[in-house]
Amino acid sequence: MASQKVTLVDTTMRDGSHAVRHSYTTDQVTAIAKGLEEAGVPIAEIAHGDGLGGSSYTYGFSKTDEIELVRTAAAQMRNTKVAVLLLPGVGTIEDLKRSRDAGASVVRVATHVTEADVSAQHIAAAKELGMMAVGFLMMTHMVAPERIAEEAVKMESYGADYINLADSAGYLMPEGVGERIEAVREAVKIPVGFHAHNNLALAMANSLAALEAGAAYLDGTLRGLGAGAGNTQLEVLVGVLERRDIETGVDFYRLMDLAQDVAEPLMQRPQIVDSGSLMLGYAGVYSSFLLHVYNAAEKFALEPRDILVELGRRGMVGGQEDMIIDVAYQLRKG
Amino acid sequence: MSTEKIKVGIIGPGNIGTDLMYKVFRSKHLEMGMMAGIVESEGIRRAESLGVPVSTEGVKAVAEQKDIRIAFDATSAAAHVKFNAPPLREAGIVSIDLTPAALGPYCVPSVNLDQLRLEPDINMVTCGGQATIPIVYAVSRVAGAAYAEIVACISSKSAGPGTRANMDEFTETTAKGLESVGGADKGKAIIILNPAEPPLMMTNTIIVRIKDPSVGLERISASIDEIVAELKTYVPGFQLRVPPMLEGDKVTTIVQVQGQGDFLPEYSGNLDIINSAAVAAAERIAAEMLAAEGGATDNG
Repeated sequence: MASQKVTLVDTTMRDGSHAVRHSYTTDQVTAIAKGLEEAGVPIAEIAHGDGLGGSSYTYGFSKTDEIELVRTAAAQMRNTKVAVLLLPGVGTIEDLKRSRDAGASVVRVATHVTEADVSAQHIAAAKELGMMAVGFLMMTHMVAPERIAEEAVKMESYGADYINLADSAGYLMPEGVGERIEAVREAVKIPVGFHAHNNLALAMANSLAALEAGAAYLDGTLRGLGAGAGNTQLEVLVGVLERRDIETGVDFYRLMDLAQDVAEPLMQRPQIVDSGSLMLGYAGVYSSFLLHVYNAAEKFALEPRDILVELGRRGMVGGQEDMIIDVAYQLRKG
Repeated sequence: MSTEKIKVGIIGPGNIGTDLMYKVFRSKHLEMGMMAGIVESEGIRRAESLGVPVSTEGVKAVAEQKDIRIAFDATSAAAHVKFNAPPLREAGIVSIDLTPAALGPYCVPSVNLDQLRLEPDINMVTCGGQATIPIVYAVSRVAGAAYAEIVACISSKSAGPGTRANMDEFTETTAKGLESVGGADKGKAIIILNPAEPPLMMTNTIIVRIKDPSVGLERISASIDEIVAELKTYVPGFQLRVPPMLEGDKVTTIVQVQGQGDFLPEYSGNLDIINSAAVAAAERIAAEMLAAEGGATDNG
C-alpha cells in the first residue's frame, strides 16, 4: 500500500463518557487530555456522551459540567484540537458558543442519517464562530449508501469540513462500511471519516475497511471506552496502523501507557461484548441505549434483550432513550 | 347565522394554515373570512374551491377586511415580527401567533387562557409545548416543580422545513414555556425526529423533579387526569401512554397525541395539537367578543 495518512480523533472523553455514566471529573480529564497532547493525537472530543446539553434525566446527568471539562481539557492541549459533539434538538448554538469560549475549536454536528437538514443552522454557526465543523451522520446502517451520500452532500453544502459516518449500533459488516465510505467519497469533495462501535467485535475490522475505502479520519477511544461494547480501541488502532505503514503522527508507546495507566483505572465495567452489547449490534440498536436498558430491565423485572429487540423493531433512533421506559412499560403490561 | 360568528383570517396557506381552516369550518364561533398567502399556491386554490375568500396580498389583505377580528399567523417567526404583527395590531385584529416569534405571552389553553383574553397578540409556544406544558403545570400545582424535562418525538414526515431549519427555537421556546406557563423553576426540552415507516405518532416524555414528594402519586395522578380531560376537549387524540410513576422526587409520564386527521395525517399529532390549541384560544376570544356585543352565546 502506498504511504497513506489518517487523522485520528479520540473520543474517550465524549463517547467514552457513556461507559463511565457521565461521571468524568476535572482530574480525570486533565490526565487524559495531557496524555493525548503528549502522544500527539490531533483531535480530542469532550462532551456529555449525547453531546452538548446532554446532561439530563433522559441521558444521565453529568457529574461535572461539560463546559468545565472542555475548559479543563483545553488547558492541557496546545497541538491537540479540542472538539465537541452537538446533536441539534439536544444541544443549541448557545451551548456551542460556551464551548468555543471554553476552548473548543472543532464541532461535530450529529444528526440521524436521514435528517441532515437539521444541522444547517449549527454548521453555519460553527463556521461563523471560526470553528472547524464536521457533519456527523449517525445510524448509517439503516439506509443504503446512495441515501447516505445525499445527506452528506447537504452537510457539505452547509459548510462542513469533513463528513463522519457513524455505525452507531455497531451493526455493519466491513463490506457495508466500505461501500458507505465510497459512496460518500464519490458524492462530496471534502474528506470522510468513520466512527465504529464494537458490538459485533468488528470495530477494528470496520475501521480498516473504512481506511481501505479512503477514509481520512478515524475515531477511537482509549481501552475502547464507549457506548455499548465501546469504540475502536485507539492504542490498538495506532499499533495496527503502524504495522500497515500508515502515518498517524501519534506516539504508540505513549498512547499505550496512557490507556494502561490512566484509562484503565477509571473504568467502571469491563469494556467487553456482553449479551446486551451483542444484541445492540445484532438488532441494530443505538449503542448509548445499553446502560439505560439495563436500568429499565431491573426496574420492570424484564430481560434486557427483550427490551433491545423491541426498540430495534420500533425503529428507534439516537436520542430516544426515553422510549426505553415506554417499551419496558408496554412489555410489562403485556 | 353568520352574525353569531366571528370572522377570522389565516395568513400562510401551507399545511398548518390549511389544517387550521378545516378546524375553523367545524367551529361554532368562528368562520373563515380570508385565507391569505403571498403567492399563488395549492393552499390558496384549495381554500378558494371551498368558498373561502382568498388573497395573495398577505397580511395587507387580512388587515383591510373590516369584519375580520382574529388572525392566525402560520408563517414564520421573522415574518410575524417584521410584516404581520404590526398591521394586524393597527387594524385591531387579535393575532394568534403559531410561529416561535413570541411577541406576546405564551398561551396554553388548558392552563392560562383565562388570563390572556384581552391580549392583542398571543403565542402558541410550540407543538411540544402544547403537549407537555399542561402536564408539567398539573404536577407543579400540587407538588411544585424544581425542574421539568421533556422529550418530544415527532415523525420526520410531520416536521416541516421551518422546524428543521430552526431546532434551537423549538428547544429554547419550549423550555421557556415549561418555566413560565408550566411552573417549573428550570425547564429543558429535547426534540427528536424519527423517520420510521409507517410514521410514529407524536410521543412526549415528561419528567419532573418535584419539590414535595410527600404529596404522593395519587394526588399527582389526579391532577394530571384532570388536565388530560381538559386537553381532550380540544385535542381528542391526547392520551397517557405511560401513566405517572413516582420514584423519590422524580415523576415520569409519557403522552401520545393522535391528530384528528382534518387535513394532515393522524400521526401529525404535533401539528394537530398546536392548531387545536390555537382554535380553542380563538373560540374563547370570539365568545368573549360576542358576549361583549350582546350577541348570541352558549357558553362555548
